[in-house]
Amino acid sequence: MDAIIQNFFNIPIMTEAFPFLMRGLGTTALLCLAVIPLGLIGGLVVALMMGTKNRVYKWALICVVDFFRAVPPLVLLIFIYSGLPFAGINIPPFAAVCLGFMLNNSAYYAEIYRAGIESIGAGQMEAARSTGLNNTQSMIYVILPQATRNVLPDLLSNTIEVVKLTSIASVVAMQELLYSADMARSLTYNSSPIVLAAGIYLIILWPVVRLLSRLEHRVGH
Amino acid sequence: MPEEVPVLQVDGISKSFDGVEVVSNVSLKIYSGETISILGPSGSGKSTLLRCINWLEKPDRGDVYLAGKRVGRKEDDQLMSDHELASVRTQMGMVFQSFNLWPHFTVLQNVIEAPVHVLGVSKDDAVVRGEHLLEKVGLEAKRDAYPYSLSGGQKQRVAIARALAMSPTVMLFDEPTSALDPELVGSVLQVMHDLRDSGMTMVVVSHEMRFAREAADRIVFMSDGIILEEGTPEEIFKAPKHRRTQEFVAEISR
Amino acid sequence: MNADVPRGRWEIFVETFFRQDLIDEYSGAILQGMVVTIEIAILVVLCGLALGLVLAMIRAYRVWAINVVITVFVDVLRALPPLVLILLVYFGLPLVGLNFSSFVVLWLVLTLVLAAFAEEIFWAGILSVHKGQWEAARSTGLGFSETLAYIIIPQAVRMTVAPLTNRTIAITKNTALGTVIGVSEILNQATTAQSFSGSATPLMMGAIAYIVLFIPIVALGRWIETRFAWRRA
Repeated sequence: MDAIIQNFFNIPIMTEAFPFLMRGLGTTALLCLAVIPLGLIGGLVVALMMGTKNRVYKWALICVVDFFRAVPPLVLLIFIYSGLPFAGINIPPFAAVCLGFMLNNSAYYAEIYRAGIESIGAGQMEAARSTGLNNTQSMIYVILPQATRNVLPDLLSNTIEVVKLTSIASVVAMQELLYSADMARSLTYNSSPIVLAAGIYLIILWPVVRLLSRLEHRVGH
Repeated sequence: MPEEVPVLQVDGISKSFDGVEVVSNVSLKIYSGETISILGPSGSGKSTLLRCINWLEKPDRGDVYLAGKRVGRKEDDQLMSDHELASVRTQMGMVFQSFNLWPHFTVLQNVIEAPVHVLGVSKDDAVVRGEHLLEKVGLEAKRDAYPYSLSGGQKQRVAIARALAMSPTVMLFDEPTSALDPELVGSVLQVMHDLRDSGMTMVVVSHEMRFAREAADRIVFMSDGIILEEGTPEEIFKAPKHRRTQEFVAEISR
Repeated sequence: MNADVPRGRWEIFVETFFRQDLIDEYSGAILQGMVVTIEIAILVVLCGLALGLVLAMIRAYRVWAINVVITVFVDVLRALPPLVLILLVYFGLPLVGLNFSSFVVLWLVLTLVLAAFAEEIFWAGILSVHKGQWEAARSTGLGFSETLAYIIIPQAVRMTVAPLTNRTIAITKNTALGTVIGVSEILNQATTAQSFSGSATPLMMGAIAYIVLFIPIVALGRWIETRFAWRRA
């Protein structure tokens, strides 16, 4: 028992590591700020493109989306980060990580939007068109607001995933929260910094998870 | 009816929702073989009263007795356990407004499920009885169909067969035809008539006046949570005493 | 290779990512990695889904104290990044005297995470079964457990298939995280080979291995979703 507290809940070490972790948290926040909006927009764009009547085009899009849903984010990340340089393509680390996350993420957001849009009956579109709104306007003013409201829990859920996903960047030495914690761990031979990092993730994400739970149960998901 | 023990006795049942008393101190005696129709405007508490009888709603006050035995509470006033309550409910069949057939089972499976699991009847015996019941409601041809492929009237008849499969002492009907298209109501009413003729004790909450007029032994008129009047169909429909009853009868006779 | 001949973009690309001799050399390792990945994935899916269903069913009995424990458990597992959990368990277990292999640690963490998400999904499914189904069952005398098992769960499960497939796929991809604690799955084999050979070809091989494994699964998931979007009587 004592060993556990010593090794995992060592307050002095946590205090020492705190500032270091805070800087890591800053990087995490930056990553999120970059990736989430880009992912949301990118996903929406792809979802809209998937509304096309052109079968071949739609199929191609589905393949691309499924590709990025099939490849584990870590693999994508490592590939972009350490693989591309071999081919002479050198992307700055932060951008490389963002790119990897964004590709993975947009695919998931696209799927969510697509399901949402498809769940809005054709009747809505017909009603909109028959009042004179064109395709784009119908989408923007009638379909999308409803679709988004329907899939809000899923969007929220995926966004939580993105925040958690940033921890993977630690593997490619991006100095976000987990990397800082792990670094502190190896420096102090003590796992408390990681527990501290876990605590920080919990403080940030637990309320959101609770909120998500409420939403999911109310919508009768 | 002289000193017979009522099959179903309701004593001073009261039930409130959100501070509003929906059923107020209602008492009722129902004898074997009787068909009782509970009528009244929306919100009069009739459905709630019915659901208190088999304790789908827990009454705030009052008692229900089935064949002399108390429902919902034991001798010592303690609440019955889930198991004991379930046991009592085998004696009371209930038919719902929205049928509530189990969509993942075929018609026949719907009918045999409870007998097999609760009464411990062997599957073969349950199937035989189930087919017999389906025949009585005119749906033996649909035994292997799934609920989604049936019309409303057919679903309700299956629901009746399902309730009958437990050989209950009394059948409770909660607005059995209210969710049906008019042309489908007849088939369900026919089954209810047949059931009545075979001697089943029935309590029917319904808007459906035809059945009350033709088949009920007694009509109970409820309004605002209390029983305003009780009587034979003649008495209630031809010579209602209370103003409220008169208004109601006039309204539905139009 | 001939350094005199000017090399076009395409040649460089192939040379970097598809060097034949390396492909030959490391195919075996990558395949072994695939086996490990598949093993963990299957174990995680089976155990995680089963545990999630059990937890959701327990929750249906509405015993307050137990439900609080389940809710906290599920919340924490949904809020923490899997990698954090993996590291915590990996460094923590030896302290309580449990010396599990990395394989077991990875399996354990991913199973618990999947169970947490699955529980929420199953629970939402149970809640969404129309109240009338409970009432009809209870009024024929079926007990609570029987109603739950024979009437409610079968219907609830049908409604959970779509979100479950998505979530399951997402979590099994986390097997790649095993590389951090030394599990010899695909990514691990690939990055090791990359360091040894100084080439990105093994990385490409690893990526392709993942694609080969997961694209069929994702496609299967899509198919399952469309099939189960059907009738609700």
